[in-house]
Amino acid sequence: MTFVKAKLHLEQLKPGDTTEILLVAGEPLDNVPRTATEQGYQVLESVHVRDNIHKLTIKKP
Amino acid sequence: MAEKNKLSIISMSGDFDKVIAVFTLASGAAAVGYEVNIFFTFWGLNSIKKVTGRSFIGTGFMARFFNFLLGGRKSLPLSRLNFWGLSPILMTSMMKGKNVAPLEELFDASKALKVNFYACEMAMHVLGLTKDDFIPEVKDVLGVASFLELSKGGQTLFI
Repeated sequence: MTFVKAKLHLEQLKPGDTTEILLVAGEPLDNVPRTATEQGYQVLESVHVRDNIHKLTIKKP
Repeated sequence: MAEKNKLSIISMSGDFDKVIAVFTLASGAAAVGYEVNIFFTFWGLNSIKKVTGRSFIGTGFMARFFNFLLGGRKSLPLSRLNFWGLSPILMTSMMKGKNVAPLEELFDASKALKVNFYACEMAMHVLGLTKDDFIPEVKDVLGVASFLELSKGGQTLFI
């Protein structure tokens, strides 16, 4: 479901826009950047925020 | 151009938990780029009715009474331990509490991600329903042969 929510959000972006998505470690953190990259989005950064929370910065091409 | 992966789901159950499985798989597959088709038949049709609660819809006394008993998406029973409709309410609340998408959110996500909804012609005939009784996102009314043709070359699940 995490990627479903991410995908719906990414689809609303205009080309060239960037967005930040908070993810928990584990399946969402493995899946979201991989699938976003497969779909042509650019993963600019993935940083550890706190505990098991990570922040992903993604750009729509 | 490479052909899209395809997932086709036959949604026959009208149980709350099984309908959640249908829309979880459908929205998840659509999000990762699959073409997704759902063929709603018999009790599965309850989840795509325009009327989400209990209502006397359909043609003929028996059909109208039956459709009242079956209800719509917001009156689906849990497959076990339904407790007169209390359990789906508790389950939805537990899902929200655990940050898991409830049925309505999965349903909306499936629509937004352009999952293809199809209604079964035979089941509609038996239940006295017409295409107008369903949400406008229902793309077409199909028979088995057409659905098999549509699902050719992909994976098919029966839920």
